[in-house]
Amino acid sequence: MSVLIFVENWDGKFKKLSFELVSYGAKLAEMLKTEIVVLSVGKVENTELEKLGKYGAVRIISAVNDKINVFDGQAYSAIIAGFAALEDAKIVLLSNNTTGKAIAPRLSVKLKAGLGSGVSKLPLSTSPFTVFKKVYSGNAFSNLIIKSDVKILTLAQNSSEVIETENKGVVTTVPIEWNPETVKTRVNEVQKQTGKILLTDAEIVVSGGRGMKSADNWGPMVELAELLGAATACSRPVSDEGWRPHEEHTGQTGKIIAPNLYIAIGISGATQHLAGVSSSKYIVAINTDKDAPIFAAAQYGIIGDASKVLPKLVEAVKDIKGK
Amino acid sequence: MSNVPDTTTKVKFIDDFTKLDTAGIQWVINPWDELSLTRALELKDDPSSGIQTVTVAHVGLISAEPTIRKALAIGADDAIRINAEPADAYFVAAQLANVLKSEPYDLILCGIESSDFNGSTVGGMLAEFLEYPSVSSVSSVKIENGQIIITREIDGGKEIVTVPTPVVAIVQKGIAKEPRIAAMRGIMMARTKPLKVVEPVAVEPLTEVQRYEMPKPRAVCKFVDPENPKQLIELLQNEAKII
Ligand SMILES: Cc1cc2nc3c(=O)[nH]c(=O)nc-3n(C[C@H](O)[C@H](O)[C@H](O)COP(=O)(O)OP(=O)(O)OC[C@H]3O[C@@H](n4cnc5c(N)ncnc54)[C@H](O)[C@@H]3O)c2cc1C
Repeated sequence: MSVLIFVENWDGKFKKLSFELVSYGAKLAEMLKTEIVVLSVGKVENTELEKLGKYGAVRIISAVNDKINVFDGQAYSAIIAGFAALEDAKIVLLSNNTTGKAIAPRLSVKLKAGLGSGVSKLPLSTSPFTVFKKVYSGNAFSNLIIKSDVKILTLAQNSSEVIETENKGVVTTVPIEWNPETVKTRVNEVQKQTGKILLTDAEIVVSGGRGMKSADNWGPMVELAELLGAATACSRPVSDEGWRPHEEHTGQTGKIIAPNLYIAIGISGATQHLAGVSSSKYIVAINTDKDAPIFAAAQYGIIGDASKVLPKLVEAVKDIKGK
Repeated sequence: MSNVPDTTTKVKFIDDFTKLDTAGIQWVINPWDELSLTRALELKDDPSSGIQTVTVAHVGLISAEPTIRKALAIGADDAIRINAEPADAYFVAAQLANVLKSEPYDLILCGIESSDFNGSTVGGMLAEFLEYPSVSSVSSVKIENGQIIITREIDGGKEIVTVPTPVVAIVQKGIAKEPRIAAMRGIMMARTKPLKVVEPVAVEPLTEVQRYEMPKPRAVCKFVDPENPKQLIELLQNEAKII
């Protein structure tokens, strides 16, 4: 019996979310009095794999094949299902990011294992096995019972602490099959923007809405974001208007994020917008309208005109960071 | 497609938080599925795509038929309703797969999630049941010379991929700009378009909602003087300890 954790790598490297996942898995295994096995697929250096040990990974399986050159949901879920059977995994844990969302449902069918997606804390009970998850786009939560013997969980990003331990992981490299002939997805072209903080990874997000008035007023906001090491985001009308790129659109129909701090500037706080940001640990709102619904979701607020408040805020951060 | 409460609904629960209070709820096509339908119709409008029919499929009781008719009014050619309470994602995907096994489609579009259960699950499960390839995080689907060309979002960028049919594309932002709306003519025609009702097969759901909870109210908002935003930064540093 074990908890099998699938960790994705980005060009051979792990991220904070990988460590969150392993930390969560270690706590889950403790709850179930079992051990964790971490599975990585594709080429990752041993020194990188060993980092996972620090977060509680005891056994780390590095499944490799030089021919792996594309992410294919069908092929990856087959690989993970194979290891789940081999390791007698009772729980398979993945991140609830784009890769996890692509694999977990397929795995659920393959293993006839109930899926709890986007869980944000440890199970409420192990018998019946009950998880806590967001429903109605954050307007409610459910206690979901997973009835099958094998279970699949995907962990919401930034919902779990990274916990360092004294543990050292042992890496086993296992060659796996990968037949390029049968893998269905072919990549024709990759377009990557580099150097930007990913919205979904960012711990601080500075976001603007229609209250920013035009595409030309974003300077101080971008500056604030840079000073805070934050990513920039926006409401839907802003990306629809072309004031900001589509990748920045947050909300029910855009990106769903859960940073530690979300600063909403000139955003009214419509339910569909909050659906994408309500899991943020802290929300700060800057808005001229004291009755804007965003203030009901925020812990800190400034009632004021963004064009006046923002430059002052930038100065304040410069002051404090300068010290 | 999924039938969900209008996205502005203030959800409430009854029977000791075990059931959604459906009183007064406006039911709509799940926003993602509405965009999928829009894209499917755009593709069909272009004769070079080779797409001849667009079908919507739904697992649900007869109470969902107004929503299905709406999809027909928007432009779907026909509809399939599998007559069962959608017990969980696994159950729904199994029912859909059972029907689609005997009536194959080349391209299956599923929305990334339904706005009620936020599972992001049915599309991938359906693909696995059918043993079809699936592509997730899809922001564009095109058909060129009979080949399906898909753009998928990856961390910090995009990939343009091709996949042989039949394929399940799990779509998100970008797939279509605005949902298509029904015109008067469409509404008239929808009444006579075929809506086939299929009885479900026996499938044991793997999950069950025990109860719902309402989100905890956030702490009351603390207001900072707009003339002195420095105070905000200090609170974030010293009180919230997040910067
Ligand atoms: C199916 C569906 C899905 C949707 N999905 C999303 C989604 O994913 N994301 C999303 O964001 N929206 C979404 N929407 C739209 C949503 O309903 C709102 O219309 C939208 O979020 C409003 O954006 P906003 O807050 O920028 O603009 P507004 O609602 O116009 O708010 C602007 C705010 O700025 C304030 N303001 C004005 N001037 C100033 C100033 N000088 N300084 C400071 N504040 C000022 C105003 O008081 C107001 O509160 C969706 C809608 C539907 C129907």
